[in-house]
Amino acid sequence: MAEIRNIFDISGRAMAAQLTRLNTVASNLANAGTISGTREEAYRALKPVFATSYADALKSSGVSTVDVASIAEVGRAPERVYMPEHPVADADGFVYRAAVDENEEMVEMVEASRQYQNNVEVISTIRALMMRTINMGK
Amino acid sequence: MNKIGSYLDFHAQALALRSRRNEMLASNIANAATPNFKARDIDFDAEMKKHVKVGPIQTTHDKHFPTTVNPMPDRMLFREPINPSLDGNTVELAVEQMEFSENVMRYQTTLNFLNNRIAGLMSAIRGE
Repeated sequence: MAEIRNIFDISGRAMAAQLTRLNTVASNLANAGTISGTREEAYRALKPVFATSYADALKSSGVSTVDVASIAEVGRAPERVYMPEHPVADADGFVYRAAVDENEEMVEMVEASRQYQNNVEVISTIRALMMRTINMGK
Repeated sequence: MNKIGSYLDFHAQALALRSRRNEMLASNIANAATPNFKARDIDFDAEMKKHVKVGPIQTTHDKHFPTTVNPMPDRMLFREPINPSLDGNTVELAVEQMEFSENVMRYQTTLNFLNNRIAGLMSAIRGE
């Protein structure tokens, strides 16, 4: 991973990670309630796996940021529903509903957007501080 | 060390340390959702004492610059969480945000001290 050079790298990469998280939430919510004919085809909720990425000179700088290590499917089984009139129902009249918990996704969305905002706040505060430091002594 | 340098040195050191602490707090806020991340911080008072005690480098030649550098790396500590979370993450957003805003405020205070000192020097130079 690229080296962390300054505070904009720290917060910028954290914002990118939170945005990936919001993207997975959007995909999950878009696919909530979709129905498929087999258990394998059914949609399973996606979640990003966050991992800390430390600066190369960690001992002297102590800074770190976060990257998305991977995006994983949750291990929840799709719900099997008896719906014989549904066009994709299997031979026994069952369909499989996407394994997405809408409430969980909404909580996830709020949390991700709050943490995204926190990083924006850090950047704008630091930027204002830097401008003042540049103008020091004027 | 030259007089103007040493006149500004203390606040310059404090400003650099505040800036480092800002970066560490930003790292904590960035890792608010990472499992097993341990929040880190530095003890500003202890580090500042270390800087002040060390002072400028001893020189053996009159052509050497007696600059003040930080000879020891800052000691990073781990934050003790108030309510540890199950995923092993010790970042508490409320705590980190509070520390961050306090640190920013103190950074600005130090900056003001520096500005006032520079303004004082400037008016002394101009002889107004």
